[in-house]
Amino acid sequence: MKIKMKYFGMIAESLGKEEETLDLDIKMVSDLSDYFLSEFSRLEEMNFQISVNLNIVPAQFELSENDEVALLPAFAGG
Amino acid sequence: MLSTKEKYRYSRHILLDKVGESGQGKLKSARVLVIGAGGLSCPALQYLVAAGVGHIGIIDFDTVDESNLQRQILFVPDDIGKNKATIASQKLSKQNPYVQFDVYPEKLTNKNAIDLFEKYDLILDGTDNFSTRYLINDASILTARPFVYGGIYKFEGQVSVFNFENGASYRCLFPRPPAKSPNCSEIGVLGILPGIIGTMQANEIIKIILGIGDVLSGKILNYNALTADSTRIAIKKSDKQIQNILDMRDDFKDYNYDYFCETNHDNKKVEKIKEISSEELKQILKTRSIQVLDVRQEWEMPKIIELNAINIPLGEIPNRLSELDKDKQTLVCCQSGIRSRECIKLLEKQGYSNLINLKGGISSW
Repeated sequence: MKIKMKYFGMIAESLGKEEETLDLDIKMVSDLSDYFLSEFSRLEEMNFQISVNLNIVPAQFELSENDEVALLPAFAGG
Repeated sequence: MLSTKEKYRYSRHILLDKVGESGQGKLKSARVLVIGAGGLSCPALQYLVAAGVGHIGIIDFDTVDESNLQRQILFVPDDIGKNKATIASQKLSKQNPYVQFDVYPEKLTNKNAIDLFEKYDLILDGTDNFSTRYLINDASILTARPFVYGGIYKFEGQVSVFNFENGASYRCLFPRPPAKSPNCSEIGVLGILPGIIGTMQANEIIKIILGIGDVLSGKILNYNALTADSTRIAIKKSDKQIQNILDMRDDFKDYNYDYFCETNHDNKKVEKIKEISSEELKQILKTRSIQVLDVRQEWEMPKIIELNAINIPLGEIPNRLSELDKDKQTLVCCQSGIRSRECIKLLEKQGYSNLINLKGGISSW
């Protein structure tokens, strides 16, 4: 299914882009985090949360076609 | 309540329907604690002081460094080497003589946090590291004070209000700290960014005091200074996360936040800790003996005689490892089961295995 991805902070920096559309054979949010962690293992140390259509969702949330998904890391600085 | 001179000073506020004299009075009666006097706090403080927030506490142990001046706009070269909280309050007193200041040139720790938070209505988080941020979150839950969060990374910032009217907490959004997230001194930051984010934090404080607008609670705002995009994402409150903190009230002062931030990002490791209830332990003790380690302070009561426990307070564990038989199965206990978990993680790092946590601690005996 096609999902619109948006990345913030060090995740955008690490992936070298702030947004893109992905076409993946997945169903749940947990599948999506598995995809990112296996493709880009460096994201593991960033401990991001995932939002779907601007709501933080749990891992067992089911994705739908054209969902807007964001990966949100925590920022330390101040 | 406001003098004629104050009414004139704040006249542009008083003219606003949503503020008026009563709103200005609320600002005057408000008490705000600002944690850290760095990039976020400098602009936040300037606006809180200008707005006439009547009582402001500033806590920071750190001193001004020349490299701070690019963004920490309260400081000038003559301030280098001096304590930030002290200098900030001196400058700000001149800015508005109607504001009272409390200066704490020290570090916020779990030993002083509760007493300090209780003296104020609202907390502004201007810190630059995760261990202090989790400490602020937990102390704000335990004292029922909202805290206004700000965090920055290079060109992006986040703002949110946590623990507001029983709303979501920082742990509801980020239950665990990341393994790695460098702060501004390590990776650089666009100097104006903390200015923008800190000012947004001050705005949330003012809204809460006045009771106007929509407080940024239950959502987090992400701002990108390069694209001027802002994204608001809704956060779901986790009653379990908040209850965990309320349950550790007795253990709060012994919680090791630095250690939590160094180790707790790996969730699997935490879940692997074996736990038994006091009922199960009673059953085991009927058939065999077990090495019991009590990590409470020596004065903490009650002592359970049949456990025949070795008492080593958590903080002394690293220096007193020799008192434990490494080959024996060991049950670790404390008052509520939180410190003992910390201890197990610490012992596992030292190569100990076969460790069991007493769920619910001695309180459940």
